This record gives sequence, structure tokens and C-alpha cells, in this order.
Amino acid sequence: MLNQSKIFENKSKAVTRRMFILSMVKIGVFIALISRLFYLQISENLKYRSLSDKNRFREWKIIPDRGVIEDYFGKKIANNTQLFQLHMLPEDVPNIGELFFRLSKIVDFDKNTQNRLLKRLKRRKPWQPIIVFDNLNWEEFSKLNIFLHELDGIKPVVSVARKYLLDGSSSHLVGYVSDVSQKDLSNSEFLRKINLPGLKTGKNGLEKTFNRLMIGEPGVQRFEVNAYGKRIKELKFVEGKKGTGFRTTIDQEIQTYTSGLLKEISASVCVMDIYTGDIVTLVSSPTYDANQFVHGISSENWNSLINNDKKPLINKPLAGLYPPGSTIKPIVALSALENDVMSTRKMVECKGSIELYGTTYRCWKKKGHGMMNMRSAIKQSCDVYFYELARRLGVDRLSVTAKSFGLGKRTLENFNEEKSGVVPNTKWKLKNIGTGWVLGETLISGIGQGYFQTTPIQLCLMTAQLANGGYQIKPRIIDDKYDIQKTINAWREEFTNRKNNIDIENPNLKKLYKNKENIKFILDALYGATNEPMGTAYRSRLTKPEYIFAGKTGTSQIRRITLKERELKLKNKDLPYKMRDHALFIAFAPYKNPRYAISIIVEHGGAGSSGAAPIAKKVIKKVLDRHKLRKIYQLDLFQEI
Amino acid sequence: MIKKYFQNKKNTSTEKIASLDFQLIFLILLLGIISFFMMYSTEQGKFGYYTKSHIYRFIFFFIMFIGFSFIKINIWVKLSYLFYVVILFLLIAVDFFGVTASGSKRWINLFAFNLQPSELMKVSLICFLARYYSKIPHHDINQLKYLVIPVFALFLPVLLVASQPDLGTALLIAIGGIGVIWLTGFRLNFFVYSSVLLLSLAPVAIAFLKPYQKARILTFFNPERDPLGAGYQIIQSKIAIGSGGMTGKGYLQGSQSYLDYLPEKHTDFIFTLFSEEFGFVGCLLLLLIYATIIYRIVSIGKKSRNNFAKLYCFGFAAAFFVYVMVNMSMVLGLLPIVGAPLPIMSYGGSSMLAIMLGLSIVMSCKVYNEEQ
Repeated sequence: MLNQSKIFENKSKAVTRRMFILSMVKIGVFIALISRLFYLQISENLKYRSLSDKNRFREWKIIPDRGVIEDYFGKKIANNTQLFQLHMLPEDVPNIGELFFRLSKIVDFDKNTQNRLLKRLKRRKPWQPIIVFDNLNWEEFSKLNIFLHELDGIKPVVSVARKYLLDGSSSHLVGYVSDVSQKDLSNSEFLRKINLPGLKTGKNGLEKTFNRLMIGEPGVQRFEVNAYGKRIKELKFVEGKKGTGFRTTIDQEIQTYTSGLLKEISASVCVMDIYTGDIVTLVSSPTYDANQFVHGISSENWNSLINNDKKPLINKPLAGLYPPGSTIKPIVALSALENDVMSTRKMVECKGSIELYGTTYRCWKKKGHGMMNMRSAIKQSCDVYFYELARRLGVDRLSVTAKSFGLGKRTLENFNEEKSGVVPNTKWKLKNIGTGWVLGETLISGIGQGYFQTTPIQLCLMTAQLANGGYQIKPRIIDDKYDIQKTINAWREEFTNRKNNIDIENPNLKKLYKNKENIKFILDALYGATNEPMGTAYRSRLTKPEYIFAGKTGTSQIRRITLKERELKLKNKDLPYKMRDHALFIAFAPYKNPRYAISIIVEHGGAGSSGAAPIAKKVIKKVLDRHKLRKIYQLDLFQEI
Repeated sequence: MIKKYFQNKKNTSTEKIASLDFQLIFLILLLGIISFFMMYSTEQGKFGYYTKSHIYRFIFFFIMFIGFSFIKINIWVKLSYLFYVVILFLLIAVDFFGVTASGSKRWINLFAFNLQPSELMKVSLICFLARYYSKIPHHDINQLKYLVIPVFALFLPVLLVASQPDLGTALLIAIGGIGVIWLTGFRLNFFVYSSVLLLSLAPVAIAFLKPYQKARILTFFNPERDPLGAGYQIIQSKIAIGSGGMTGKGYLQGSQSYLDYLPEKHTDFIFTLFSEEFGFVGCLLLLLIYATIIYRIVSIGKKSRNNFAKLYCFGFAAAFFVYVMVNMSMVLGLLPIVGAPLPIMSYGGSSMLAIMLGLSIVMSCKVYNEEQ
């Protein structure tokens, strides 16, 4: 018993000793656990709290309504319209096959579309809504709504999409929006930052220029989400800011009318207010339907657009470069007068051609115009007279005048695609071509051929600055009432002075001439060219007093006419399309109290008098008819005109 | 001396009830109540399936715990071998008729309910070893012939459970068993040699590991290795615990759990939810409860004059401590993720049954502490 008890005691001692060691270990481990808890919950609390919030919250950005582009009278050129879509929530669909069958009975929903949709579905989570139809018409949409009760998991959604005028008359001007591409992202930090799925971005035209402002500020919806990404509840809703809208100076009715006149021909028309620089019409033809880009253009349509010889995608009034041809002659004449090179009365005989260093320079009239003074030379567009004038003037002095009237530089700030053109001079040639200037090139520059390259809008601006009395104006396409006020005040002052025959210089207007009489002379000569017999545009004149306009035709060759062709007396229309001359016409109207300048270029349209002037006549009439309405909108300051 | 023993013997039931360890009972009850609330929180404040069945089980097992406390310690001693053999038999049966769930065969269908014998083996092995060593004189303990049976008794269930496969429970069973052997005063050198041997075998063992088990170990060393796969649980668990801060997000406010970021929140990761909602302060309180329970078990063992009771209580306390420690270390990212429930708090019938059974033996050691 005693022995037993002793053994027990020994044993008990050993166990108790080990128990003590174990207890120490336990305490150590508990301390370790507590320090770990302290580390995670106290020291690193901030880190884990933010990680937890990152888990919990997810934000969805809401695409704001894109700013609307309006014409001068508030007509919406680029608008947002309702888009009827059909969304499906896969987890709510009991039987997808049955649903597809029912849908195919209601709307056009073929097997291919179904399979594509099924493929897309596989890559998505069942609680993510999927778009079944992107753009339904109203009829389909309302039909679907009727049958909605038997379509589980289907949700009709009215979304917003860009809508452009269907006739496409302003497509080039406004541009279009489309899905953000890889290229857009690499070019625009703004797009990278905004990171809005489904956002459409402006690809060209005004849509591109003002893209950032028109997009607006996206709204934010913050949700609490669970581990599977399913939205549990909405926590915050910040409404976005609608994109800025823009009112342009364009008259959409004239735009549509002009576009209609130019159907199927490759042409551009610019109409500009000669005082404010407001661009009333800017049409490029042929045009395209900008709407087809919004939802992704089909490759068929795309190919037909880029393979079209008439280049419908190019914004021709701004990006089309043409030799100005005879439309440069008023500037050549003005430059000569300003530099006192030749008197207006000086006669030059036109025998149909002149010769210089063995080369023959021909007039468009083979028989020659006979004796010409400056006025009749402008009126009849005598080339020989202008060869002589240019020879005396020299290309450098001509280029100074041409540049001061806006040639050779970009006219508007709003368009990326706008080209600056070329006003050649000796320095330019040395720099860009590398050889010295030869006198022959001066001669052909005098009739707007050779290196001269102008855009239609530059010609329009040039005409406007002649017509307004030789003052510089700044063309604009976006109407900003505050910005224009200064210009308007300056002109009001000028008109008051003119009315009261006060001949003082207006400090707020920049004059482009040295002698006012020179401008007057040019304008009178242009009147002659249109309204007097023998004038090149005589056949296209308007006779009603309020419509009388003054203009200058131009025909610009795009190739050298060979001697052989001359002998064959080939008519323009007999030549292949690509070889035909461009027809040009510049004008201002009405002749008395002028208000608008116009420039028209018809690509490969033949002679300016027959190809361009008749169109100009119609457009001018329309513009003047619309003037009464435009006047009402025009801050009542030009009421006298 | 013998007479004295008989005189002190508690005969009346009031005496028996009075000798219950009410501190321990209170702590178990408190833990049970906390676990109800946690279960309710895992179901996002709904009185759902898990909460209900957890409460029913706890009430049932708690009553069982009190009832079994009055079973004489000698009966426990006598039943020890049988208990072990039955559970071992069940473990073998699992291998043949087991219910397979999520890739492992752990449960056996006993008509009314599914039982996980490996959980019960945790307790029965301790019983078995305590009984075996209680009869061996102290100076004989280091003799190798007395080591044969314990080693077999230890490795047989461990291998069976490991092959289910359930490495976590196998390790916990092994640690419990080894703890008891160590407590008997077995030569320290033996443990040193065998651990050296085991470590040298580790590369071989790794070759036998299932791919998911390897992934768990690799993930432990670098959770960011596969943040959405194997590392997901531990990353989300650390986020939940860490975001709790000093006082927690508040009851039913644990966003990580509420939004389903927490995996296995009913069972192994219940502590994560607790620390997210109650923070550092709450965790300290919970740890205090567990520490006190362990302390109570140890002191019952200390006071007991019964050899079996002493060894059993110390062994059970050590095992209980290991369960708590392994579970918490696991969710805190201190150990790899192994299936180890938190005693009483975690959802799971077999685990609760095993713990309650173990505790009732402890309690019976207290009630009958003077029996030889």
C-alpha cells in the first residue's frame, strides 16, 4: 500500500512537472495569439479596413447625356433620342430555349443571333444583365411589351443614343460618335481617365472638337456588393452633369437645301456672314448618314464609303485643296492696285496667248479678248491680262495680299481635319521644293494655278473680307453671344460712320487695304462679272433688285493641257471624270448692302460659269430669303442691313 | 486510511450536485450562448437552419454533459478501452460505408444522423491512453514494451483519418495522444528522436499529399500566390479580422461575412466573424473564456487523486488548448488552413458531441475526485 502510494506520488510529481511546463507553453501561445490579434486588428487596422471597404463597395458610372448641337435657330442637328433595347437577366430566365422560341415569334430573332447570344452568355455571370437587342424600332418594342408577362427575365429598357439628321447634310460638320477605340484611348488621357464602359466618343467634326465638353460629368452609383459581385443595395447616387450643348451659326434649312442641290456631285459650298464671320452653310457633297456609325457601321457600308471616288467621308470645304483658278483674280488685281503696279485704266491686249522665254501661256479664250483694262479683265476673266499683271507685280507681293485675306492658313479653330493650303512665293518654293522661283510660275500664279492651293472656306473668307469693305473678320461656327458682342459693336460704329459719311479709321476693325477706293473698284468689277453682258457669270445672275449679287467664276485645271488636246478641241465632258476641271465660284450678296459671301467648288464640274455659278444662284436666293428670319435672331443690331 | 476514504465519499445526490464545477458549467454555457449569436449572425440575422440546429444540439449535448457528469469515474475507466475500440471500428466502417462530401469520406450514416467518428476519436484516444498509463508504474514507463500498445493505438486512427483524407483532424488526434504520452513523464529523448525521424520523412510525406493539401501549405507561406484560389480564404479571413479594429464593426454588421466574402463562416471561420464584429476587445474576452476553461480543467486534474483522472484531465486540457490554438492560428494566418473547428463555437454535431463528452468525463473526475 505504501509502495503503491509512493509510486503514485512519484508519478503524480512527474505529471505535475510536465503539466507546469505545458502551462507555460500555453501561456506563451496565448500571448502569441493576442499579439497576432493586436497586430491585425490594431496596428494594421487601417489597411484591412480599407481592403474590406474595397471588397464591399463597387461604383458604377452612369453615362451622362451628351451635349446637343443646334443650328442657329435651335433646331437640333445632333440630338439624343430614345433607344429601345431589350435586356435579359439570365438568372431570372427559367428556360432559355423556350424564351428564345417565344422571342423569335414576336421579333426577328434568327438562329445565328441566338447562338451568338448564347456564346456571350457563357462568359458572363448569371446576374449580369445582357443586351439581347440593341436597337429595336417602336413597333417591335411595343409588341414585346404586350407579351412581357410571358417572358420571364426580360426587361425592356429605354436607353439614350445619338441621333443625327437623316439627310446627312451636316454630317461632315457635326461628325459622329462611336465606340471608344484603342486608338482613341491612346490619344486621349481624358478618355483613359473617365473609363466609362459603353461611352461613345466623338470621332470627327464638332463631335470630336468639343468631345470633352459634350460628354459632361458621369454620375456615380455606389453599391454594396457581395463576394460574387452581385449588387446588394444602393448606397449613394451622384447625378452626373449633362454635357455642354453647342449652338452653331449654321442654318440647317439652307444646309438641307444646299445638300439637296448637290446630290451625287462632288462639291462643297460655304456661306459666311461677311461682318460677323458666322458660317451659315458648310456643305460637303456627297454625304453619308452619320447614324450608321453610332451603332457600328457594317463593313459593306464602310467599304462603299471608302471606295467611293467622290470621297464622301472628306469634309471638303475645310479639307479639300483646290487651285483657286480665276477666283484669285480679284486679289491679284487688288494687290497690283495696292502696290501701284498698274493703273486701272492701263490697257493690255489679249491675243489669246502670250509667250515668255519660249513658252506659250494661253488665255481661256482662244481668240483672245482684245484690248482689256482691269475692270473688263476681271469681268471677262482674261488670263493674258493677269499674266501681265502678275509679271509686273511679282509673286512675293501677291502672296502678301493673298495671305492677309486669309489664304494659306487655317480659318477655323474647331476642326482637326482643316487644311491650311498653300500661297506660294519665292521663299516658300526654295524651302519646300528646293529650287528657285521662275518667272513662268509667277504668270500662272496670277490666274490661280501652279502651286496655289486653297480650301473653299478660305475663298469664302477672302470674298467676305473684300465684300465687307476690306476688313478682317474671324470666321466662327459656334455661336457665342458674349464673344461676338465686341465685333458687333465695332461694326455698328463703322456703319454709323458710313451712314454719316465720316471717314475715320475704326480702331476696332483691322483693315486689310491701303486705299479704300481699290476695294470699291474690285467690288464693282465683280458686279460687272456677274451682272453685265460679257461677264463670265452673266447667265447665272439674279435680276430682282434685292437678290442682285456679284461674283467671280473660276475654272481650275488639274493637269496640263497638251497641244494635241487643244487641237482636238476636247470638251470637258468628253474627258474622263478624274481629268475634268474643277468649277469654282465666289460671290457676295446682295450687291448693295452686302451681307453674305459664298464660295462653291464643284469637283470636276467643268467651267465655273456653267458648273458652279448656277448652283450659287440658287443658294444665294435661299440665303437671302432666310435672312429676314436670321435678322430676328441677330441681336437687333444689323437691322439696317 | 481506507476508512477515511469511505467516510469522505459523497453519497447523496445533493452532495454530488454541489461538487459540480459551476464555474466550468457557466463558462461552457456562456460560450454556447455566444455561439448562438454568432450562428444567427452568419445567417445575416435570420433564425435559419444553422442557428436552429446549433441551438438544439447545444441544448441536447449540454444536458448530456451535466447528466454524464454523474457517471462514476470508475465506469469511465472501465469503458475506456471499449469506447476506443467502438470508435476505431466506426472509423474503419467509414472507410467502407462512409458518406463522401467535398472530396473526403468523413461521415458515417447512423440512421438518424451523420456522425464523424474522427472527432470522437480525439476524446477516446485520450481516454484510452490515460487508462493505459494509469496502471503502469512510473519507473516502467520508459520501457519500450509499454510503448508498443500506445503507439499502435495512436497511429491506427491517425492513419485512418489521414486517409479519409482529413489531415487536420488526424494531426489533432496525434497531438492529443502524444500530449498524454509526454505528460506521463516519458523520456524526452524519445520525442526528440521521433521528431527528427518524422522531419526526415517529411519530404516523403509531401509526395503523398493531395494537390489541394500541397496548395494549402504553399498558400500558407505566401497567401498572395493565388489570391482568388487557394489563398482566398486566408486573405479574406485576415481582412475580416483586421477590419474589426479595436471594438469591431458591431453585431450583425460584419460586412465580410454578410456579403459572403468569408468562407466556411459557420464552422472553421466562426472566430473570424466574431473578431470582425467584436474586434480586439471581444477577442480578448473570448480568449479569456477559453483560457479559464482550460485552467479549470487543469485544476480539476490537479485536485484529483485518481491517476486516470489526473492524466485524462491534463491530456484533455492540452488537447482542448491545441484545438483552440490551431483554429485561431489558422484563421489568423499563423498556420496553414486545416480543418479544425473551434470547440463549441463552430457548427458541427460530432465535434460538439466529442467536446461535451470529454467535458463530462472531466466533470465526473471532479465529482468523484476522491475515488481511486
